[in-house]
Amino acid sequence: MIPHYTLFTPLLIASLAFFGWSVYRRFSLLALGQPEQRLDRPFDRLKEMLLYAFAQMRVVKKPFGFNHLVIFWSFLILMLANGEFMVSGVIPSLNFGLLPEGVHRALLLAFDIVSLLTLVAIAVSVGRRLFVRPSYLDTAYVKGISADAFLILSFIALLMVAYFGMHGGLIAQGNDPAAAAMPVSSFVAGMLPSDPATLSAIFGFFWWLHALVLLAFLCFLPHSKHMHILTAIPNCYLASLEWPNTQPREKFAKGEVYGVGRVDRFSWKDLLDTYSCTECGRCQAACPATATGKPLNPRQIVHAIKTNLLENGLAIKEGKAPTVPLIGPEGEGTNTEDAIWSCTTCGACLQACPVLIEQMPKIIKMRRHLVENEARFPEELLNLFENMEQRSNPWGIAPAERSKWVSTMQVKTFEKGETEYLLYVGCAGSFDSRAKQVTVALATVLNAAGVSWGILGKDEKCCGDSLRRLGNEYLFDKMARENVELFRERGVTKVITLCPHCLTTLKNDYRQFGLELEVVHQSELVAKLLADGKLNLPRKELGLGKISYHDPCYLGRHNGIYDAPREVVAKATGSAVQELPRHRENSFCCGAGGGRMWMEEFTGERVNHARVEEALAENPDTICVACPYCMTMMEDGLKDKGAGQVRVRDVVEVVAEGLRPL
Amino acid sequence: MLVVVCVKQVPDTTQVQIDPVTNTLIREGVPFIVNPYDTHAVEEGLRLKDRFGFKVVALSMGPPNAEATLRKALSLGVDRAILLSDRAFGGADTLATSKVLSAAIARLAKDEEVGVVICGKQTIDGDTAQVGPGIATRLHCSQLTLVDRVEDLDPSVRKIRVRRKLEGRHEEVEAPLPVLLTVVRELNRPRYPSVPMRLASEEAAVEVWDNKVLELDPNGIGLKGSPTWVSRIFSPERAKGEILGDGARDPEAAAEILISKMLEKDLLAL
Repeated sequence: MIPHYTLFTPLLIASLAFFGWSVYRRFSLLALGQPEQRLDRPFDRLKEMLLYAFAQMRVVKKPFGFNHLVIFWSFLILMLANGEFMVSGVIPSLNFGLLPEGVHRALLLAFDIVSLLTLVAIAVSVGRRLFVRPSYLDTAYVKGISADAFLILSFIALLMVAYFGMHGGLIAQGNDPAAAAMPVSSFVAGMLPSDPATLSAIFGFFWWLHALVLLAFLCFLPHSKHMHILTAIPNCYLASLEWPNTQPREKFAKGEVYGVGRVDRFSWKDLLDTYSCTECGRCQAACPATATGKPLNPRQIVHAIKTNLLENGLAIKEGKAPTVPLIGPEGEGTNTEDAIWSCTTCGACLQACPVLIEQMPKIIKMRRHLVENEARFPEELLNLFENMEQRSNPWGIAPAERSKWVSTMQVKTFEKGETEYLLYVGCAGSFDSRAKQVTVALATVLNAAGVSWGILGKDEKCCGDSLRRLGNEYLFDKMARENVELFRERGVTKVITLCPHCLTTLKNDYRQFGLELEVVHQSELVAKLLADGKLNLPRKELGLGKISYHDPCYLGRHNGIYDAPREVVAKATGSAVQELPRHRENSFCCGAGGGRMWMEEFTGERVNHARVEEALAENPDTICVACPYCMTMMEDGLKDKGAGQVRVRDVVEVVAEGLRPL
Repeated sequence: MLVVVCVKQVPDTTQVQIDPVTNTLIREGVPFIVNPYDTHAVEEGLRLKDRFGFKVVALSMGPPNAEATLRKALSLGVDRAILLSDRAFGGADTLATSKVLSAAIARLAKDEEVGVVICGKQTIDGDTAQVGPGIATRLHCSQLTLVDRVEDLDPSVRKIRVRRKLEGRHEEVEAPLPVLLTVVRELNRPRYPSVPMRLASEEAAVEVWDNKVLELDPNGIGLKGSPTWVSRIFSPERAKGEILGDGARDPEAAAEILISKMLEKDLLAL
């Protein structure tokens, strides 16, 4: 009954061989990457895979994602049908007809319905790409990718059409006892002519169409962005379980190389990531650098690494030097230094990627190469690095001035056993005149709640956050070790930080240095003090008007603290904050993270301007923040936009205001 | 041809405070840094190395812990670092210092020609700007001070042309080699050490030369050879001005006093 299988068998074998060879070639390149442990905690990984790969939690966050979910599950179900098709194409007697009648019919019904659903979903996809194309599908660099997408969509559509044509033909010939189980195919059969010879020809045509498209799909798959069909599921299983995605430590010894300056210096998982990208553009849509016209596009970073690997892989395997530079002048397979330095490490790309690709850590790895091996970085950073090394703060102010803010109040020095919390003021809170007001506000609030706390005063050192994000791991490592030793010496176990950057560094990064601290951001502690009734706020009318809250990236996305600052404002003012269009995990960076605080913005719009404009469209009277960098960026942005009447307040300042006697 | 760069380890003067009672510098706990002008001198030496392949020697006179300053120079790429350290050199003023440094340079010149000596224009602790010219005088070579640009150096005709930064004007001058330059910060942007270079510099040897090597007359160097004596260090008396209110405790009241004073003197229009 199956025609021409003598011809199909060699075609199938050839296609499978080509597919296997292509996949092997690509996967074997992964072995060039550096080792990285990604097989621990199998149950956690399984959970990630089920949530993100199979339930597609991230995919369905955008409206058209549901469409993808339909295609994905249809694909899985139709793998059975296509598997049977291939097997019975070679050995006709091996088919689902061998299964119990009920199972067989259920399968046919499923295939029939699912094929129709797929056809509808494909039509929606084509319509989206043609008529409601979101801007993030395009990039200035990735050319011809949409052609790729249309080709794959037509492959799938043709497969479905062929499926119905083939089964419709069979049913119309009247010799398919399972016709009742296939309503769509039966419907198609009704439209076909009744002449047996024509029907036989129709069946033959669609059978071969199905066969050829299927084999073409198989051959094309590993050579296109649709490779993600093979890699996305394992990629979710192998994704980093660390959140925030903290950079690993480096070993400093003679003969070591630092960071990534060549594609094979990435870890194998970094390389697998690039195979898993299907160019959906969601990271690009979320990236503040891309949005403000910087040369960085996280999707392009991933794409360039993949292209670089495919271009250089064979040469590297043979021990030869790569021909395409990983970092260099603009070109296919190369990342520019400007792109690498544009990242604010805000983590929006990490949050957006449906298949858990880790874009930002790759950028930091390349920064490490530039700073540590090449000593090449934007010139503004030289001062920062020198100031950090010599005076342990970004401005290069004398460390003795760290406790100058104390002049207006009585503050204890942290003593183990005497004071419960160390208030780690941080560089901004110690030296920046605006942030110092926040420090005083926080100190006032802590005192009013009867919290036992102390400071390190002039012995406090910078946590090193900016250095780590900028790739100066050597200096960060040195400062982190010094701090860890200092905290141990002083018996510090519980820490309050003013700044989310200090928070994440002390809490997450220092863990790699063997220091487990109980670190809270001031907003978390103040929220708890308010909830526990430890703070009595006589003043409810604060005159702050309509308050919008801007989520700092390192508080929100990186550390999951979204509710505490909102609760603080709500408790202190009696009304909930007004949400900005992009808030919580979708918040838009102020532009100062990742060491960008210390760099100029030469290209495009300023990130803080973009964020301030977004906020101003909501007509707030006050913008609340919970980070000194955000404070600077918001205040500067408002001034630049001629909106100086809008105030910027740290959430703890709102509480301090409420504390003032009536 | 050698380029010799003179560097000095200085206390980080932004962190030095003056004891209000004794009027002396509080040096305890103040970290040492490389004299900022000297970092530009090192950079220029390295640029000459990059351009002409000269070897760069960093030279420093100081106590044994000044080795850190020389290691920093090594991490940036200088080829050789020599610490001139001897109790006999201690307590030196600019005259005695330039004698020791020039003797060391002369000693280097015995083995290989010294084409250029580069110093920072001054140090941030002494601020005299005398050591560079003092060395040139003792080496009998041209001195081009306050250089903010090296226009040209031609080793074949042994000439250098530089731009000097003077008050309100620039001056372009030419001199035959050997020459001594003192440099200002506008000259260049110092490079940053790569990690491999830093690690290598930690293991690199810093040569220590004492007076057995230089064989200078002990009476002409160190404290004994220094005609300048520091008799007193003090903060100048405030000749004018007054502190209004207590801005730290009550900024609003202080601002009020300030504004009323300014109105009184007709410095503000209402």
